[in-house]
Amino acid sequence: MAEEKFEFTSKAKRTLSIVAIVGVVLLGLGTYFASNSGHHEGGEHAEEMHDGAIMAQDAEGAHVTEDADQDHFEGPAHAEEAHAEDGHGEGHGEHAGNPSWLKRIYASLWINNMYFVGLALLGVFFVAIQYVSQAGWSAALIRIPMSFSSWLPIGGVLTLIIFLVGGHDIFHWTHEYLYDTSSPMYDPIIAGKEGYLNTPFFIGRMVVYFVVWYLMFRWIRSKSLEEDMNGGTAYFKKLRNISAGFIVFFAVTSSTSAWDWILSIDTHWFSTMFGWYVFASWWVTALAAITLVTVLLKEAGYLKVVNTGVLHDLGKFVFAFSIFWTYIWFSQFMLIYYSNIPEETVYFIERMTSDHYSIVFFVNLILNFFFPFLVFMPRDSKRHTVFLKIVTIVVLIGHWFDFYLMVTPGVMKEDGGFGFLEIGMAMLFGVAFLFVALRSLAKLPLVAKNHPMLEEAKHHHVF
Amino acid sequence: MESGKNYVYGVFDQEEALLSAVQKVRESDVKIDECYTPYPVHGLDDALGYKRSRISVAAFMFGLTGTILAFTMMIYMMGIDWPMIIGGKDHIAIPSFVPVGFEVTVLLAAFGMVGTFFVISNLKPYGKPKTFDIRSTDDKHIMAIDLANNKKSVAELNEILKSSGASEVNEKKF
Repeated sequence: MAEEKFEFTSKAKRTLSIVAIVGVVLLGLGTYFASNSGHHEGGEHAEEMHDGAIMAQDAEGAHVTEDADQDHFEGPAHAEEAHAEDGHGEGHGEHAGNPSWLKRIYASLWINNMYFVGLALLGVFFVAIQYVSQAGWSAALIRIPMSFSSWLPIGGVLTLIIFLVGGHDIFHWTHEYLYDTSSPMYDPIIAGKEGYLNTPFFIGRMVVYFVVWYLMFRWIRSKSLEEDMNGGTAYFKKLRNISAGFIVFFAVTSSTSAWDWILSIDTHWFSTMFGWYVFASWWVTALAAITLVTVLLKEAGYLKVVNTGVLHDLGKFVFAFSIFWTYIWFSQFMLIYYSNIPEETVYFIERMTSDHYSIVFFVNLILNFFFPFLVFMPRDSKRHTVFLKIVTIVVLIGHWFDFYLMVTPGVMKEDGGFGFLEIGMAMLFGVAFLFVALRSLAKLPLVAKNHPMLEEAKHHHVF
Repeated sequence: MESGKNYVYGVFDQEEALLSAVQKVRESDVKIDECYTPYPVHGLDDALGYKRSRISVAAFMFGLTGTILAFTMMIYMMGIDWPMIIGGKDHIAIPSFVPVGFEVTVLLAAFGMVGTFFVISNLKPYGKPKTFDIRSTDDKHIMAIDLANNKKSVAELNEILKSSGASEVNEKKF
């Protein structure tokens, strides 16, 4: 078989550059609008927030009384506490921090960073799953998720930099005074989490995650490349063992990294479903991206060995895990809704009943559940590239909003928005990610030609 | 032809023989009633020219019936007939109805599909399944031809089946 290689043409690079420039312009415009309208909107906002506060107060009546009963809760600390939860930035100098437009940039950076780190990480996971389960159907397309993972080192560095620069604005728990018993801002709840949530341990964990993920990915990639050159089943067995090791590490770190990077934004809140929730969101995103790239490459004349049966299975994968994500979403929502404990419901009150986020909250469900569920249910829609493209693009956008919804209300409270700034930032990240992934895709042969299961993939036939 | 025998069936030793015979028999303008094999033979559906089963459409309809039934039932019971406050929620608290709605959807979809399968396979109480040859549950493949659907004589069919690889040809009445 002739070796098939993806060519990252200068035309594609030019298109990406144009998108990047548009992204920069939008980002600039968005920042300009956000920083200028700050004063103007201030008045409106105060009133809006007042209403919001009353609503939240009503909804959380039980919460406030209950907290007041705990006598170790000092008065001023509690006031600050209630304020912070209701989304008031005013009235406490130490807390005001950076202007709202800058916070919005940090939030936006963090959303996109999490989204694309997830894509890169779940690319390795996809490959590992295929080897561990000795899957035959996917043998021709494993180079695509592998190319995503080349983003891992860049994502790691970005995660560290964004944390070091914008950590105080994104993560409430990074403030020293919360742990200082003599400070009026002392927060016994957050102080109780100090053993896990402290900056050195946090950064240490972050570094360990990225280093191990990346090293294991490089190991998998190099073995796969050796297999291309030498052939034989020994590489397959070796890859299976490495993949099994990766999955064990990933099983723990996918949850802990989700707690670290996303759950800890809402420091007081906790959910035992959260690790799985983030994993589900990442996994659907990665599956949709793999499907979309496969379809586009096929349309561009590559990957002739990938037949309709394989595309059908990719469609099934996206369909199934969209339902899985919904299942996790509902499991988290349902228990919190039903048990109605104020410390837990606050998370959903901030999102469902907010002027800014309630639309996103419901759009999230429509894009990520109802749309893929209804469109992908008939068999034929999973076998036609038009439907595959439409659904995967919708799911990719939908899960971006899922991350928006996880990050923004915690960072921005009621000041969050969605505009040119967010769109521009997402475009910039998307272009950077595509650039890295496509360049890496062009380096390796597009099909792992000595993969022992390749013959099975070619004849893959599903009903 | 003995009186009353309305089926002719060929017995094949190998699935490959059956598959190629199905093609030859269909090419010589004979309508095959059904094939009976001890295990699923890959590609037999296509060779026989069967259309894709529409059981998935039936499953969706049964499932939708279940969803509507469950929600109607709960909304009527909890919201209209005997309103009760449970866990401080509204009478009609849709999120708490979702698990039951899901379960009834799955239940009706599953029962409906099994029922549909029974009906189309003619598996009913006291029904007598068409067993042409008991060996088709062991190691032989059977191709059955209904005489009522074909103009050819038994002798002609016999010849066609033999020439396309049947190890024996028999007749049977149902």
